[in-house]
This record gives sequence, structure tokens and C-alpha cells, in this order.
Amino acid sequence: MAKGILGTKIGMTQIFNEEGKLVPVTIVSCEPNVVLQKKTIENDGYEAIQLGFKDKRANLANKPEMGHFAKADSNPKRYVKEIAGQELSNFEVGQEIKVNIFEEGEVVDVTGTSKGKGFQGVIKRHNQSRGPMSHGSRYHRGPGSMGPIDPNHVRKGKKLPGHMGAETVTIQNLEIVKVDEERNLLLIKGNVPGPKRGLVVVKRAVKTPGIEPLDPKQYTTQQNNSSEESAE
Amino acid sequence: MSQNLISEVTQAYLKQDIPVFRPGDNVKVSVKIKEGARERIQVFEGLVIKRQGSGVSETFTVRKISYGVGVERTFPIHAPSIESIQVIRRGKVRRAKLHYIRGLSAKASRIKERR
Repeated sequence: MAKGILGTKIGMTQIFNEEGKLVPVTIVSCEPNVVLQKKTIENDGYEAIQLGFKDKRANLANKPEMGHFAKADSNPKRYVKEIAGQELSNFEVGQEIKVNIFEEGEVVDVTGTSKGKGFQGVIKRHNQSRGPMSHGSRYHRGPGSMGPIDPNHVRKGKKLPGHMGAETVTIQNLEIVKVDEERNLLLIKGNVPGPKRGLVVVKRAVKTPGIEPLDPKQYTTQQNNSSEESAE
Repeated sequence: MSQNLISEVTQAYLKQDIPVFRPGDNVKVSVKIKEGARERIQVFEGLVIKRQGSGVSETFTVRKISYGVGVERTFPIHAPSIESIQVIRRGKVRRAKLHYIRGLSAKASRIKERR
């Protein structure tokens, strides 16, 4: 049920849409991904395809890795990730997946690793409010009460200071504003998680009925002919 | 590298025929307005009080006095809805942002012409 591609976040800018309105977009660069392996129910118990993205130097790859890449007849790849989905299983190993699996107007989910914020207090981390800074309040940016005294311990889930950010974040239902096949770019409306140059996974939206999966053979052609327009 | 790519992508949206103007100038901005299927052009004439941003995101703000009320409009400089920008008068100012003009009377807010 899914289709997806790996890419890196380039940065944000604005472009004009057809109505002449200025739209904020994030540019995601997706150099062609390579299908490295097909996971099948007989072999692995589930169906998925394994994608490799971004070349790395051969001396960064170890021997078993090199063997795995050689099976797909591909260069060593820095990022290897699986995209689950039944329709994808009729892909062939070694096939390239390009940005033209998506088209303009399609709705996607984007997953990335958010920027690390370090050890943060409850105000930044959990959006709590601060106490009065003056009039002898003596309570400024604290985490509040630790709960009732009866259980003799702090209840699980109590919001406290701690490490913030650098976690996997998915932003759902982002619109693809433009697909640039020449430069292998996706222009996605709004922001996506993570720093610039960070890895992001662009997948078909889970909660929005999208375009039916195409024939995998079409994914690698240059033409962008697809069956249906997504419901917006 | 990534900044280059961003400017490459936005290159297609930039207008090439924008006249040279800066804060202190008086301009006439012709804006396309859509009313249903019909399209007409509205003119907004006034003093440029600032330009900000760069590339596609650059905007400029025009201030005029309409029936005794100050009105400011900010336009994206490369917007397709802007038909044309005409420079009527070049003003001599020593600030990049003319926010101080808001508090002045009409007489005090006169700006010398730049030659």
C-alpha cells in the first residue's frame, strides 16, 4: 500500500503557485534510489523492498555489505532503509526509483530525525508555563508538583526535564508542490523534520487517499503519466 | 552548495524587468485583481518605506494616505500578480527603513527629491 523514496533535506524557500500565491516549500533532494533487496513472505515473513540511497566510498563498506550491494549491482550506499508494502514487491532488484513516483498535488508523510536540543527544562520540552518572576514568588521555571504523597514515589510519565530532540518525527499530510525530475528534487509544502543535509523518508500519506500505485515499470521512465489525481 | 541549489530552483520564478527603486521613492504599483472570472488592474500609488528579503522572497512596502488614513501594503516583488512597477519620483533619504514617517504629519514627512 505504500510507496516511498529516501532523500536529504536541502533547505527551505518560497515559490509562487498557479494562483500567484507565495507558498513556503522545503526542498528535498532524492538522487535515484536503488532497490537492493526484496523481502518476501516466504523468506522473511513480510513484504517490503530495501532501498539504498547516496553513494559512499568503497572503503567505508565492509565485506558482507559489499556482497549485498554487488547482488543488486549497485555502488555502496550510505543509507539503507526498507519501505513496506505489497505492491512494491513486483519491483526488481537493482531497479532505480526516482522522484517521478510522486506527482504534483500528491499528499505525503515525511519522516526524519529532529534537531537535537540537548538537556532541556519542562518549559521548552513540554510547553509548560513559568511561574511569576517577581513579587517573592520563588517559583520560576520548575516542573511543578511531583504528585500525591500516598504512592511514595513519582508516578510514571511525570513530565520532567531531560533530553529533547534528535528523535524520529513524522509530519503527515504534506503536499508535494513540485517535482523536479532534472535535478531529482521534491518541493514539499511546509517544513520537514531534521537539519539540512539530514536523511528524510518521503512516503505516501497514510491518512489521505492517494493516487493508486503505478506500474513499477513506469517509475523509472522519464514520463510522468499516472492514472488518478489525488483527492485534495 | 545547498544554497546554490535553492537559488537554482527559485531562478525560474524571478522577474527580470524590475525597475531600480529604493526606500524614499514614490511608485505606482499595478496589481492584477481577480473577481470571479474577470481580471482587472488596480493601481496602488505611494511611498516605498522598505524593501526586505532577497531572492524570490523579497518584498517591498508602499505607504499612502487614503482619505486621511495611512494605508500600507506589502507586495512580494516577484509576484505574478504585479503587472508593473513605475517609479514616479526618486526621494533622498538616509534610512533603509522609513518607519519614522508613520508618526509624522504630512508636512513633516516631505522627502527631498534625489537627482
